[in-house]
Amino acid sequence: MIELEEVGYRIGKNWLVRDINVTIEKGTLWGIVGPNGAGKSTLLRLISGELLPTTGEIRLLDKPIHKYEPKELARLRAYLQQKRDLNFPFTTLEIVLFGRHPYLNGTKETTTDLLIAKEALRQVEADMFAERLYPTLSGGEASRVDIARILTQAPDLFLLDEPTNHLDPRHQVQILNLCKTVCDGGKTVITAIHDLNLASMYADQLLLLKEGIPIACGPPEVVLTLDQLSETYGIPFEVLSHPDGYPWVMPSLNTS
Amino acid sequence: MTLFVSVLRKMQKRTKILLTLIGLLPISICVAAGIGAYQILPWRIPEILFFREDGFAVLVHVRFPRVILSAAVGAMLAISGATLQGIFRNPLADPGLIGVTAGAGLGATLWIVLIGGGALGVWGLPIAAFGCGILVTIGVWKIAEEQGRVRTLTLLLAGIALNSFAGAGIGLMTFLADDEQLRSLTFWLLGGFGGATWHVVFVTLPIAAIGLLVLSRQAAALNAMSLGESEAYHLGVSTETLKRWAVFGVALTVGAAVSAAGGIGFVGLVVPHLLRLLGGADHRYVLPGSAVGGAILLVSADLFSRTVVAPAELPVGIVTALIGGPFFLWLLLKFKREVFL
Repeated sequence: MIELEEVGYRIGKNWLVRDINVTIEKGTLWGIVGPNGAGKSTLLRLISGELLPTTGEIRLLDKPIHKYEPKELARLRAYLQQKRDLNFPFTTLEIVLFGRHPYLNGTKETTTDLLIAKEALRQVEADMFAERLYPTLSGGEASRVDIARILTQAPDLFLLDEPTNHLDPRHQVQILNLCKTVCDGGKTVITAIHDLNLASMYADQLLLLKEGIPIACGPPEVVLTLDQLSETYGIPFEVLSHPDGYPWVMPSLNTS
Repeated sequence: MTLFVSVLRKMQKRTKILLTLIGLLPISICVAAGIGAYQILPWRIPEILFFREDGFAVLVHVRFPRVILSAAVGAMLAISGATLQGIFRNPLADPGLIGVTAGAGLGATLWIVLIGGGALGVWGLPIAAFGCGILVTIGVWKIAEEQGRVRTLTLLLAGIALNSFAGAGIGLMTFLADDEQLRSLTFWLLGGFGGATWHVVFVTLPIAAIGLLVLSRQAAALNAMSLGESEAYHLGVSTETLKRWAVFGVALTVGAAVSAAGGIGFVGLVVPHLLRLLGGADHRYVLPGSAVGGAILLVSADLFSRTVVAPAELPVGIVTALIGGPFFLWLLLKFKREVFL
């Protein structure tokens, strides 16, 4: 689905990410983990085609990502931003319908578009505020609406920048279950995520970044080890095995 | 099903608003064409035009060029305001933000004070204004451009910087002007349609047509843009192309509007707001609605400006501010919760 080859991105003299070599298979759920400022968002923006890598190449479906037209690309991949602000009185449904923009060519939305948007709103349990003005929603509600918007975009690749931020546990699990379902349907999901346990529970593969450099890459049990976590975050960790089999990670109080 | 019904209702509401505005435009044009020192009943206008009855000369040579010009200028200012508000993602953006209004003002004052209002006949002043307005906008664009990309924030800041330069130039010219120059300068800066002739109309209308076409085609992309520039890119919008066309269209239309009628404020700000309060923020409705609404507003404001102190005339810029200010305030208070500033 996507290959990253020797990808690096630099602003001035600072490398925000470098030496990224990853091949992402279709239908997998990838988690990108690491401390604040580790380059998770930058990597996602590189994969989305928004940023041009300083070194290396990113290929989506065997074609370099910068060779795509914006509209063509928008039908293949969607991106969920971390922060968002809107100064115009659009309703929630209108925001979700923006997801159909790459398919419309300036024409009006059809009943089909409306059905897709409605189904997406239902999937994130946001259909009850379809008519509310988007700027009046709470942070968590707005997050769910944004997820509905990228579902409406119907891409093959979902790039999510911390989709579980602002969400209560119920909706965190709901969104990640949704990601899982999407992957089972043959789509690919790459998500930056802070919560290591949610990452461990849901991701097929993890990429651990520190200061833009990959520390570890592989299934959760390979990545979430005591040494690698302590090295990356600079604090001690406890790593247990959850009864369901995945690593269970806690920062440790023992500071020695 | 309820969702469909409500969406349908909303679309119908917008269509209704647009159709009402489109219906009101010819009515306002006919009413405005009929009122003045020589009164003509609006519904008699077709008859007078067809049979060349009494009043034909007044209508054709005096009223119509003026009313049509004010409609075109109103449409251009309002759609430009709506477009820049979309580009800058700020409902308080004004069509003057990219420097074209101040640039045109500078061109006009330079012409009046240094060259003399009469040179090149009636065309000197508008050409100087239009040229200078476009030049300043190109300057703003070039300053903001970096490796083929234009950052919206830099565009805004460059606009503010060059606006203040142009403002200083206008101030200097005002300082240097003699009494007579000062009078024509003030009158020009406040705006008015006293100089409307068919010649001006024939030059302005094609520019208006091109500008309105270019700008209204950006509506869907502006919708995506309201979520932010990178969101718009992720939704498949070529944001650089969008910005280029938007600034081109705004410079063209506002340059033409200011050259034809001087600096008329408030239309570009208040009309898009009104449309949003009536039917929501979708640019595919706000842009055409603003164009028609701006035309109606300026036709009415001009009618007011030439009748209220007849036989003298108020500058129409004073009228738009005078009607627009309190009206805007009323809107704000009434819809406080729905307006985002």
